[in-house]
Amino acid sequence: MGVALYAWLARLEARQRVPLAFLAGIGAAIGLFLAVQLVRAPAVFLQTLMKSLGLGSVYALIALGFVLIFKATQTVNFAQGALAASGALFLAFLVHDSRIIQDGKSVVVRDGHIPFTNIASPFDSLGGASWLRWAIAVAVALAFAAAVGLVVERLAIRPMIGKPLFSVAVITLGLEIMFRVFNNDAVEVDFRPIGAPWGLDGFTVAGAFINWSFIAAMIAAALAFIAVYLFYRSRLGIAMRAVAFDQEAALAQGVSVGRVFAIAWAAGAVLAAIGGIFATQPPVAQTLSVGDETANIAFRALPAVILGGLDSATGALLGGLIVGAAEIYAGQYAAGQISWLGAGYPLIVPYVVMMIGLLVRPYGLFGTEEIRRV
Amino acid sequence: MLGRPNLYTAYRQETQFMPTWTQKSVFWVFMALLFLLPFDLPIISHLPIVRFLGDAEWLRPMAKVLVFAVAALGLNLLSGVAGQVSLGHAFFMGVGACAGVFLGGEGGEAFLGHGLPIWIWLPGAGVTAALVGVMVSPVAVRLRGLYLAIVTLGLVFLGIHFGNTSWGRRIAGTPGEGRPFPSLDIRLWKEEKPLVDVSSDGHWLWFDVTEGQKRYFAFLVITVLLAVLAKNLLRTRTGRAMQAIRDRDIAAEVMGVAEFRYKVIAFSVSSFYAGIAGALFAALSNRLLAFEFNLFLSVSFIAVLLIGGAGTTAGPLIGAFFVVMVPEFVEAWTQWLEQAEGGITGALSGLILTSGDDFGVINTAIQTPGWTLSVYDWNVVLFGALIVVFLIAEPLGIFGIWVRVRNYWKRWPFSY
Repeated sequence: MGVALYAWLARLEARQRVPLAFLAGIGAAIGLFLAVQLVRAPAVFLQTLMKSLGLGSVYALIALGFVLIFKATQTVNFAQGALAASGALFLAFLVHDSRIIQDGKSVVVRDGHIPFTNIASPFDSLGGASWLRWAIAVAVALAFAAAVGLVVERLAIRPMIGKPLFSVAVITLGLEIMFRVFNNDAVEVDFRPIGAPWGLDGFTVAGAFINWSFIAAMIAAALAFIAVYLFYRSRLGIAMRAVAFDQEAALAQGVSVGRVFAIAWAAGAVLAAIGGIFATQPPVAQTLSVGDETANIAFRALPAVILGGLDSATGALLGGLIVGAAEIYAGQYAAGQISWLGAGYPLIVPYVVMMIGLLVRPYGLFGTEEIRRV
Repeated sequence: MLGRPNLYTAYRQETQFMPTWTQKSVFWVFMALLFLLPFDLPIISHLPIVRFLGDAEWLRPMAKVLVFAVAALGLNLLSGVAGQVSLGHAFFMGVGACAGVFLGGEGGEAFLGHGLPIWIWLPGAGVTAALVGVMVSPVAVRLRGLYLAIVTLGLVFLGIHFGNTSWGRRIAGTPGEGRPFPSLDIRLWKEEKPLVDVSSDGHWLWFDVTEGQKRYFAFLVITVLLAVLAKNLLRTRTGRAMQAIRDRDIAAEVMGVAEFRYKVIAFSVSSFYAGIAGALFAALSNRLLAFEFNLFLSVSFIAVLLIGGAGTTAGPLIGAFFVVMVPEFVEAWTQWLEQAEGGITGALSGLILTSGDDFGVINTAIQTPGWTLSVYDWNVVLFGALIVVFLIAEPLGIFGIWVRVRNYWKRWPFSY
């Protein structure tokens, strides 16, 4: 049996391409099925579409962070999830909106305060509209995330310039493990609300209920993509690409590799924090607060970045949208057909999509094929 | 002849199992120590650390070291020798554990099981994992570096999910409770009285042996067998081919090494080790818990390799001891410090937080309000920090330190 299996696999490998016609057939069948669904129940379809775009945008945000760091340092930052949770957690410290309804009256569970101190958060006493205060709090939290990214880069990543790339990836795994402990300790027993002004609200279009957070995630992802796209056309972005191509050659041309690393990590951490903030809201979670699960968003977004290609911002955006759509649509429409996969099967759909995608294109949809020298 | 590292005067010498005298003596000393560890023998019980490791309480972590060593040996063949980085080792361990419990566990309404003897379920666990490894390899062989790492990471999530489905639970058990794992008793077939009783206190030769000691010996025998096998594999055609692929795959292919074939072999052999280790891991606590085969476990094997030294056979063994024992030491040390008074230990016990307003960073409670962490949390932090520090300061691991020491003394006193 083993010999037969091996022979079959060897033949598959020799052909180098999994039958594309087969994949195209599956794609056409799915398209047809979705078209039928669109005609039969447009409201459900529209709601699913918006939900999938919302989830895809969150994935794209995280994936863009991965790509930014990968393009500068050539390694995957496995600590992205922990950075996301740290940023969201800091925001949760800054906002005051930690009230729960107990016995019919509103009780303050925890005052917003600056981490590691008892100083009350200055955002409470700030006047003005609540959404403005929240926006400022978000800006401060993002600045904090950038600072964390800088510190991590300086302490753990900078000494590894020129070392094997996998070692750097494993270092980020070690960082992820450490950060998670501190994050979970800071979360403590209960969840920490991040106080987004739109909460769980939404609006209804053609019978479809759409959360504001979907729209917000889409806008954030679009802005982030444009920012990254423009950044790669700036002087610094070109320097970053040069460093990614060849660190020594870039050094010889007067590019400061350390500075490029630092900026990539700061920007990556900011994108992670934005993703982390959205990871507490629908469609990713319904809790509106940071918990132990928030850090998992990065592992859920990894298929997106792999499917799109590790070094392509366009790939990150498209990969995020594809993976998000696959997850939401599978959850909406395929429940009857693949229920044997068990409850919560949408969560593994991204990984399945990633593996199929990699069979066809080993470097992702937009990834640059590694040129191998003998 | 004493033999010097990397100095070979004959081809036979180079292909020896253990080329130097140091290796041979260290091997036999350690074998003797490991086998005599649990006994109250006159010499053994006077060796300070060794005696203490042989304590009934410490034999359990020692058995865990052996399980980790088996798993790390497998990962070493794949990542250290063949150069294919895998974060999915825990998945293959889980497959092995499930296969073991499927073959050897008691069947019933809730669970599937056939109640077969150990000589079927233990190899069965390895072979099943190896087959799954072969099935995964067409995807894996096409990928390189970090793409491969992330796809294998995906396997871990898939595995945990499938262990949680309604049909997965019939094999892997319920999420909280898990499922009882078959004992290590050796039977010919399904008879009542086992041929060799490993699951209760008893008498072997001239010694009274407890259940924990029996389990330790069973694990030790398996570990030694698999370690010798792994070390032997390195000097075969297969082992050399895998190393050639690691060093430069295109060059290896040009020289006539069938890349696809040897990568598949590396995956299957590594998964075989993982399957055995997974079955032993579950046998360690007599319970199969599907959620234990998670990413953290995978990362701990990467850590074992990096801390011990990848690409060598001794490295994973040292690393396994380090990674399993350090948290145990820290816990024991904290408990000991709690009672300490005066002197240096008294000063250090200030680190421990016992009451609410005490100064200290290590909290004795498990639920820790405020900014302090429990000793278990600190152990996880320490684990992450060890990975980071070792990679920055000593990329070749503890084995690398040994190589440096050896190279210094090799030419001493003429160092230059």
